[in-house]
Amino acid sequence: MLIIPCPYCGPRPELEFSYGGQAHVTRPTAASNPSPAEWNAFQYERANLKGLHAERWRHIHGCARFFNVVRDTTTDEILRSYRSGEK
Amino acid sequence: MLKLKAARTLPARASALGWRMLDPRSCWSLRVDLVAAAGPMSAADLPLAIDVCRAATRGDWSALWLGPDEQLLVGLDSAHAQLAPRLAAALDGVAHSIVDVSHRQAAIELSGPGATRLLAMGCPLDFDLRSAPVGFCTRTVYAKAEVVLWRQDTQRFQLQAWRSFLPYVTGLLALGSQELTAGI
Amino acid sequence: MSGDCRSARGGGDLQRSQPLRFEFDGRSYQGLQGDTLASALLANGVHLIGRSFKYHRPRGIMAAGPEDPNALVTIRRDAARSTPNLNATQVELYDGLVAYSQNRWPSLRFDTARINDLLSRFIPSGFYYKTFMWPRKAWHSLYEPRIRAAAGLGVASTEADPDLYAQCYGHCELLIVGAGPAGIAAALTAAASGARVMLCDEQALPGGSLRTGTSARIGGQDAADWLRESVQKLTAAPNVTLLTRTTAFGYLPHNMVALSERLSDHLATPPPGKPRERLWQVCARQVILATGAIERPLVFPGNDRPGVMLAGAARSFLNRYGVLPGARVVVLTAHDDAYQTAIDLKAAGVQIAALADMRTDPAGPHVEAARSAGIAVRTGTTAVGTRGNLRVTAVGLAGLDSNGAVAGAADWVKCDALLMSGGYTPSVHLHSQARGKLRWDEATHAFVPGAAAAGCRSVGACNGLIGAELVRVFEQATAAAADALRECGIHDQPGAIAISKELAVSEDRGASGGWIGALPQPAGAKAGKAFVDWQNDVTAADLKLAVREGFRSIEHIKRYTTTGMATDQGKTSNLNALAIAAQQLGRAIPEVGLTTFRLPYLPVGFGGLAGYARGDFFAPVRKTPMYDWAADRGAVFEPVAMWQRARYFPERGEDMHQAVARECAAVRRSCGLFDASTLGKIEVAGPDAIEFMNRMYVNNWSSLAVGRCRYGILLRDDGFVYDDGVVARLSDDRLHVTTTTGGAPRVLGMMEDYLQTEWPHLKVWLTSTTEQWAVIAVQGPQARAVLEPLVEQADLSAAALPHMAMTRGLVCGVPAMIFRVSFTGELGYEINVPADYGAEVWRAIWASGQAHGMCTYGTEAMHVLRAEKGYIIVGQDTDGTMTPDDAGVSWAVGKNKPEFVGMVSLRKPALQDPRRKQLVGLLTVDPAHVLEEGSQIAAEPGQRPPMRLIGHVTSSYYSSVLGRSIALAVVSAGRSRLGQTLYVPTAHGESTVTVTQPVFYDPKGERLNA
Ligand SMILES: [Zn+2]
Repeated sequence: MLIIPCPYCGPRPELEFSYGGQAHVTRPTAASNPSPAEWNAFQYERANLKGLHAERWRHIHGCARFFNVVRDTTTDEILRSYRSGEK
Repeated sequence: MLKLKAARTLPARASALGWRMLDPRSCWSLRVDLVAAAGPMSAADLPLAIDVCRAATRGDWSALWLGPDEQLLVGLDSAHAQLAPRLAAALDGVAHSIVDVSHRQAAIELSGPGATRLLAMGCPLDFDLRSAPVGFCTRTVYAKAEVVLWRQDTQRFQLQAWRSFLPYVTGLLALGSQELTAGI
Repeated sequence: MSGDCRSARGGGDLQRSQPLRFEFDGRSYQGLQGDTLASALLANGVHLIGRSFKYHRPRGIMAAGPEDPNALVTIRRDAARSTPNLNATQVELYDGLVAYSQNRWPSLRFDTARINDLLSRFIPSGFYYKTFMWPRKAWHSLYEPRIRAAAGLGVASTEADPDLYAQCYGHCELLIVGAGPAGIAAALTAAASGARVMLCDEQALPGGSLRTGTSARIGGQDAADWLRESVQKLTAAPNVTLLTRTTAFGYLPHNMVALSERLSDHLATPPPGKPRERLWQVCARQVILATGAIERPLVFPGNDRPGVMLAGAARSFLNRYGVLPGARVVVLTAHDDAYQTAIDLKAAGVQIAALADMRTDPAGPHVEAARSAGIAVRTGTTAVGTRGNLRVTAVGLAGLDSNGAVAGAADWVKCDALLMSGGYTPSVHLHSQARGKLRWDEATHAFVPGAAAAGCRSVGACNGLIGAELVRVFEQATAAAADALRECGIHDQPGAIAISKELAVSEDRGASGGWIGALPQPAGAKAGKAFVDWQNDVTAADLKLAVREGFRSIEHIKRYTTTGMATDQGKTSNLNALAIAAQQLGRAIPEVGLTTFRLPYLPVGFGGLAGYARGDFFAPVRKTPMYDWAADRGAVFEPVAMWQRARYFPERGEDMHQAVARECAAVRRSCGLFDASTLGKIEVAGPDAIEFMNRMYVNNWSSLAVGRCRYGILLRDDGFVYDDGVVARLSDDRLHVTTTTGGAPRVLGMMEDYLQTEWPHLKVWLTSTTEQWAVIAVQGPQARAVLEPLVEQADLSAAALPHMAMTRGLVCGVPAMIFRVSFTGELGYEINVPADYGAEVWRAIWASGQAHGMCTYGTEAMHVLRAEKGYIIVGQDTDGTMTPDDAGVSWAVGKNKPEFVGMVSLRKPALQDPRRKQLVGLLTVDPAHVLEEGSQIAAEPGQRPPMRLIGHVTSSYYSSVLGRSIALAVVSAGRSRLGQTLYVPTAHGESTVTVTQPVFYDPKGERLNA
């Protein structure tokens, strides 16, 4: 079981979290009138990295916040976590 | 006009070695910027928990830190009616959300030397006093139910669950009491 | 030899004063408290324990621990408590134990399938794949059932498991796996620091290899005394948890280790209520693996006869259980350790017929000790075969020349036990499960731990200290414990130095040597089978054949030959198999590599893994406050998400259709009472509540007045309908949003996602109130009349509270939210009262309704009533690929909105294609025929497959108020087909249908607005 460092609550067991997919995917606004390619990239294109991967988690059964984690997908080592909107 | 008797009906009313259901209480979900609310709440003699995963008590009311902008206010059922107006007055001009959740959830008290054992059956948190001191509170899981946990003393915990999850949680606790009795 | 094989010597695990009776294959035997089933059978001279998997060859006990591949038995307490495939070496004896051998018919001594052995040249490796390929059909009907019947492991009970299985989480700074000398030394070091230590061992008694017997003295005392004192110290330490009978079977990420603790299998009469096992999920800051090593068998012809045993196992049986493996034994070894076995057995009165060492010039203290004990050592000697049927009677020994080839004829030496040792293989299973790397160590012929996972350390034999002097093991273990504690931030370790003094070891003899792969055999000899994997009947020849047939990867060779599979996972066989394959491939062992170590390390029962999660506790069963009332009235429930919802309320022997017809009729005629409490409810509150809802839902919420409700639709960003529900504006800055029953958690999650990560500046908060409110729907022309007498401080009149309005008031004196909404097309109200009052308010409304012919209805009638009105159910009439326009609800989409979730996708040409499937009604030409939901729809009649299909039926019911069947369907360009005739192929021919508007009842909505 992963021990995930919630940027609000500290290290907590994976059972309290839900996974939220790749982090830092920018959602185009409707007003920006995104091209089909831009919109498809937002909707469907993900890096599926081997190695260091920035991904979203939510401490759903804890503080309920979404946040970001950098995890090595080959070892499950978590290098750091930070709040949504931070880099 | 038909009037009901005032008694609230909990979905489970049970107890066994190491735990018991508590009487219904008044519970409110307060969502507010803690920095903005700290002064007004203090002035109104209402608690606000500033420290992460810690509870604060003031008078009859306790505030449990559940998230960076989320507090669970817990008090006596008899004080239920007065809280909303007090809060509204205190937080006038501060953006917030206050929602009555008194009937959404109910509380179980776990106490005695078996309390952490009963918790460890279903909750993956470490209840060592260094990581979960008295006053520690958090949302977490108990087996497949979401719960709010509050350590009120070294060997005394409050476990809150949504009402439809209570039979599941108390059923597991009853199994745990059996295990305590069997001495494992 | 048969009868009493118990020695007066050894037997450290026994309580000799406590005899126990037990049964094996129907015959009664006597054992002693402390015995395993294996040791008790051997003590009775029983060596034949089972039949092999493929060839049904007679097999005996090879090892003393869980690595034994042969001695699988079924232990039966009663019909429900019958556990197959337990290893006799792991089964602790209790009084009255009943065990059966497996994989034999009709009896263990005479097994008809033994013919497989004689036909073995026809069943080589990969024989499943080769033989049973053709004809294809016969695989299911003939081959597979036969293979399954013949290939026998034990048979599981078909009854429900009556036992309890416990579960718990554990937390510690240091988890130590294995309570042998290394684990105990590490635990003593850590215990003194005050850190929380967990020490587990799969045996009933801690001690590991110290129990097998050692000449070493520790801290000036006998190893056994030191062990006893150390265990006492650890047991007394409040910060140490010592778990015996506990197998660490899985090493998961971030140092979570899964332990299976056996609580009552060793008891003659487990106390009622005592769980059988407990699954520990231990979150350890640091882990020390002290899992020891497993002795390797030697691969030579006939090495599988009962009586052929690992040398270390024989020493274990003697020193732990006082059991003699035979009266006249031959020891065959390539490692010093077996010498100790010969010495101990000789001291116990066993005749050592020969001690054959494959090495040409073995030397050192072990050899000297054996010689001075009067044991003749034959050096440079191998085995070329064995004789015997149900027990070994002789072994053929032959000399090896300087090139290691067999020289000269075999000398057949009579014996009743043959003890072999190829050295030891470190148990690196957990290290590897933790994703640690392995390194080939040429000196010990072993894979040893290389770079380890964070927080994981291996010490002792599992770290390659095979046969090493104990002092080196202790040094390594105590150093590892000190390092682990420092990583936990514990630098003050008072006990460490004192302990290393205490561990001073004397009279220890390190051991070395080893052999992997097949033993050399005479050139051109047609010898018997040389087994590599006993459990799967894989021989050296099978592995060579696999390589000749072109397999190159060890993972493929494993699967083709089945070596290393099944319950023992190749604990004794993997390295020999690898060496044989490598030699045949002409490559070095480290180049060929190992197969992957997967959990579980040892088999774990399903009960233990399921723990509490069975029956009532498989998952929470959610019930509304009105559940008991409905159950008392005989309601039939259906699961919806995790909820139990009343589906219908049968009266006097009604079936579902009769009950539903009656319930629907009552709603249309007078009124019905329905429990809608499970609907998801979310309070959206804050200054930006309306702005947030405008961005989430397709609707325009700015125009919704306080006290009014609106039907809302939520899309995903792909433009497809995700959820729907009525939304009420409670005040300027507060909305009450309802969701579908199943959608409640995920809708809240999706809203939180957008709020927190896309629009974090919005001042609005979301709170689930699903369980705060009990929701009582009162629907039908008499609804107002039923409710009015119970309501105060609220006006229910059509003028004051029109359709899609809400108000607050008291119902039965309870503060309530009253919504005038309808999912039936009738005048209707949904009364929300705080949940603790739900049941009482429900009863009061029920009582009030009796004068008006009120009836309760369930979800099935609700489905019919809404379908008559063409109201969709998300997830039934939509399937995750439907836009609002497809579902016929595009009227709800707000015009001129700058943004809402899914808006961009709705612009895609593909989502505006007029040929998309659209929601329509279908009426069958035969009004009595109710279409099957999910049926496909064709435009042209009489097609043969492959048909051209243009849609499917999503909802279909018999409508009693209309006196005919109705259906909702999605059909390509459906709205342009109104009035068309379409065809629905069914199992009983084609049904002809007419396309209609999806509203069948009261299309003008007059009843709704009454
Ligand atoms: Zn958190």
